[in-house]
Amino acid sequence: MRKQRLGAIAAAAAAATLALTSCGSSGGGGGGEGDTVRIGIKYDQPGLGFKEGDSYTGFDVDVAKFVAKELGYDENKIEWVSAPSANRETLLETNQVDMIFATYTINDKRKERVGFAGPYFVAGQDLLVRADDSSITGKDSLDGKKLCSVTGSTSAENVRKDVPGVELVEQSGYAECLGLLEGGNIDAITTDDIILAGLAATDANKGKFKVVGNPFSEEPYGVGLNKESDKCEAINTAIQKMIDDGAWKEALDKNTEGTGYEPNAKLNPPTNFEACS
Amino acid sequence: MEGYLSLWDEYGSRIMESFWANLQLTFWAALASLVLGTILAIMRISPIPSLRAFGAAYVNIIRNTPLTIILTFGVLVLFGVFQLKLTNDFDLNFFQIAIIGLSIYHAAFFCEAIRSGVNTVPLGQAEAARAIGLSFLPAAWLVILPQAFRGAIAPMGNVLIALIKNTTVAIAGSVAEISGLMKTMLEYRADVGVLIFLTVALMFVIVVLPIGALVTWLSKRLAVAR
Repeated sequence: MRKQRLGAIAAAAAAATLALTSCGSSGGGGGGEGDTVRIGIKYDQPGLGFKEGDSYTGFDVDVAKFVAKELGYDENKIEWVSAPSANRETLLETNQVDMIFATYTINDKRKERVGFAGPYFVAGQDLLVRADDSSITGKDSLDGKKLCSVTGSTSAENVRKDVPGVELVEQSGYAECLGLLEGGNIDAITTDDIILAGLAATDANKGKFKVVGNPFSEEPYGVGLNKESDKCEAINTAIQKMIDDGAWKEALDKNTEGTGYEPNAKLNPPTNFEACS
Repeated sequence: MEGYLSLWDEYGSRIMESFWANLQLTFWAALASLVLGTILAIMRISPIPSLRAFGAAYVNIIRNTPLTIILTFGVLVLFGVFQLKLTNDFDLNFFQIAIIGLSIYHAAFFCEAIRSGVNTVPLGQAEAARAIGLSFLPAAWLVILPQAFRGAIAPMGNVLIALIKNTTVAIAGSVAEISGLMKTMLEYRADVGVLIFLTVALMFVIVVLPIGALVTWLSKRLAVAR
């Protein structure tokens, strides 16, 4: 008898929890359909798009906020959506997000499925090394070195193709690579310079690593859009405005503080925007 | 369609190479985990309490640890902290570490599959073996296990099929296998995204279906008639 009563209480408690959570999520999503904008960002890329509790930080996030404001959406009208690399095209095609700011390199294959505005930044593949390591100065000094990158990333492919003498560890995220780099098992991490700067700028890593600063590729980060989107022109105007009034530089400096990182000055700030269709 | 054909032009040889890596992982891990699983099964049916306890602890701990964690552990701890070098070939080292990880994990499942086979052997068989003077190991090796294996074909086939698919987790251990290449292809060939995914899925179906049929046939053919 006693056992039964306990079971009933547990069931009631479980039901109550379920009811509460479902209420919470619908309350968050339903607040003002139509006048919010859904923006896809990375949640796990410190310095670019990073989720900490309820707040979102990073350069992608700052540009997204600025652009959204120019389009008439205040910060509290933005719904952030996680946009992992492999899902970005699908999210846009199925209209689950309105725009994507997620280290999204513009290329022709992607243009077959989605539209792009921008670029708002031109990154380049670079190397992150331990702060006391001066043996690696760029792509040409990599022979026989051990590198780490993320499985399936453009950076991993580039290294595999262009630097045959290199030994490459592939991990699921840059955090794992950082652990190996700190322990001395690998010599460098390679991916886009601004991602590396963002990693090096986090509190836990400050002062331990440095970006080599000799980029060997061009990765124009665009704003991903649905092909039917009419926002392209307006976004380009907004990005131009952000660059002109200094907010762009400010955001960049803030998110890479303390790493000595300077973006490739020949390409940044970007000037050749995508032609909107 | 044209886009899809150009994908094969571009990546065809690497698709085959990567999938071959999965099959090699399967082969070596199946071999090693079958041996380890048999030893564990013998421990679990042995008359020595400490061995039984060890076998039970191994199975319960490993079976309840996610495979991804075991394989990530291989890279981040064995390679990262202890600088484990099984060979001087950088890539082969990860391959071998991944085989060890897969074997450790699946040994627990092979052990349980074999033990379920042992349960199909009537108790009288063990009693008769002891009655003619065989001690535990010869009794297990000559009388119990041969019958147990024949009874355990179907569950072992299931473990093998799970192992084939689980080799894709070796991506966590920095092995160049098919799911890693799938990520690369998705990154470069966004235009044929879904087809890439279906292609890889189909390759596994092609390998797994015949094995499933073979196992069913074998388990019927080899079943001990009682």
